[in-house]
Amino acid sequence: MEQKNYAGIAIEINEEGYMVNMDQWNKDVAVELAKEEDIELTDKHFEVLEYIRNKVKSGDTLTIRAIGKSGIVDIKGFYTLFPGGPLKKATKIAGVSKPSSCV
Amino acid sequence: MVKKEEHPLKKVCIICAKGSIEDVYATLIMANGAVMEGIETNLFFTFFGLDAITKKQMKKLHTATVGNPAMRMPGGLPFPTVLGLIPGVEAGVSAMMKSQMEKLDIPPVDEFLEMITAGGGEIYACKLAMDMFKLKKEDLSEHVKDVLTVGQFYELSGGENTQIIFT
Repeated sequence: MEQKNYAGIAIEINEEGYMVNMDQWNKDVAVELAKEEDIELTDKHFEVLEYIRNKVKSGDTLTIRAIGKSGIVDIKGFYTLFPGGPLKKATKIAGVSKPSSCV
Repeated sequence: MVKKEEHPLKKVCIICAKGSIEDVYATLIMANGAVMEGIETNLFFTFFGLDAITKKQMKKLHTATVGNPAMRMPGGLPFPTVLGLIPGVEAGVSAMMKSQMEKLDIPPVDEFLEMITAGGGEIYACKLAMDMFKLKKEDLSEHVKDVLTVGQFYELSGGENTQIIFT
């Protein structure tokens, strides 16, 4: 297990750069995580991130389809917010583990 | 843990030539998965695979209950082939497959095509098979970008780290 400094906090991350403990997350951490993916976070991004964190907390499986039906963003919008691998990138920035779903 | 790939896939071109639920869904799931990974994705439907993008047929895909040795009863007992001959059995089995997939958040075909194109994937139909089945572009889903010849399909499949997958 590695530790990396984001926004002044020593954060535990796994080999792929996903946060191990989602409780270490805050908005400043998210901004720095997003920078590594070349994404500048807007309010819309944060709405999606909060949605993902809530889903993960309640133990639901994350799918692109579910995010498209969340009412926050449609699927096209989700791809625009997090280009080139939206679910992988959004979960990383949201401080949760990498999703294991195939859809 | 998956090792970091040194030469990640850049593009996949997936060909679907069959029209049963499992053939079409294998194609759609692989295509959508590629789009989700940020891989450039082209889908090419030909022969009976055209059912998946034909407006009239896409909601009526079936799984074969005859000549399908992997078919089982719910619970795992073998499925006698003669049962599959009874009218309505194939439709029932197919409806069951679809409801099982819906539970896993796997969408119906039309919505799946929309998900793939929303993520930048492109969907094409085979010209020769269209001519054979007397289909016109307007018979196809609005998500179909174009009708291509084999040559045009290969042109789309060029470039480094591209794979062609035949499902």
